[in-house]
Amino acid sequence: MAEHVSSTKSYIMVFLALAVLTVVTWAVALVDLGWANDIVAMAIAVTKALLVILFFMHVRYSTRATVLTAISGFFWLAIMIFLTMNDYWTRGSSLLPVLGK
Amino acid sequence: MASLTADSHGAHGAHAGVVHAHEHHPALQHQFDDMEQQRESSTLGMWVFLVTEVMFFGGLFLAYVVYRTSFHDAFVQASNHLDPLLGFINTLVLIGSSLTMALAIWAAQVNKRKLIVWMLIATIVLGAVFLGIKAVEYTDKFTHHLVPGANFDGSDFTEPRHAEIFFSLYFIMTGLHAFHMVIGIGLLAYLTIPSWKGRYDATYHTPLECTGLYWHFVDLVWIFLFPLLYLLGAHLQHH
Repeated sequence: MAEHVSSTKSYIMVFLALAVLTVVTWAVALVDLGWANDIVAMAIAVTKALLVILFFMHVRYSTRATVLTAISGFFWLAIMIFLTMNDYWTRGSSLLPVLGK
Repeated sequence: MASLTADSHGAHGAHAGVVHAHEHHPALQHQFDDMEQQRESSTLGMWVFLVTEVMFFGGLFLAYVVYRTSFHDAFVQASNHLDPLLGFINTLVLIGSSLTMALAIWAAQVNKRKLIVWMLIATIVLGAVFLGIKAVEYTDKFTHHLVPGANFDGSDFTEPRHAEIFFSLYFIMTGLHAFHMVIGIGLLAYLTIPSWKGRYDATYHTPLECTGLYWHFVDLVWIFLFPLLYLLGAHLQHH
């Protein structure tokens, strides 16, 4: 697989998209959406992360082994967070000591 | 796979005395078939390292999620003591530095050797600006006694001990992130020397590519830290 050379224009477009999404994430955070605030914030963060990974980190043009390695890292992170939180959600907040003043 | 042996510069480098059937690129290590295989192997190896970094920071993100869901109100109150404007500016500075890093590699890919150096310097400057703003924020937290420990002033908070946990996570997460930035700046500073000497071009720029991957990863971490630490209670400011 020959090395892919992206255009400077595409890099600048990715940068502008990241900048706009940063403004959007701050603007949305000021609006009270209840539980949806966290979902929107994380959706925007994941979108930004994908832009960085695919274009700045060239994963879109990397070998399958590299793509699989990148996916595995985030997949295992998701397992760690999801299974741990599964425990906290189903067993209540009694797992953490509430500290006094 | 395309072979780059035709691109030979005629140098055998460290292999003096070894008889080769053909000449090859001076940067080609003997265990690889060609430059392409070498480049792809380096990228893969760097990603394996980054996966360990994902898990390293992942443990802290997990701790954040656990305490945040348990002590939501205290975290909101504590989060509102951070300045979202400084966090916002730092986010723009960091994605700007990712752009200049990507352009440094692009410059190598199109043989603009002097531009590599300028883009690396721009990346270093933006990284330093980020750390400078971080230093201003840390100073503010010390001044207001919001650093966890014996001198923590909890008088602003309904649940001071839980707010202290927020600041513990704030300092360890942003601190570890800033430490990665310092290492990144060191690597970039080192790379300016071979770049200045014209070592990197379209045929060989693996050190730039791998350092770039590391730098973009540090950017990735901040992309999540900004909303999680600075913005989580922004809509509850006046409650």
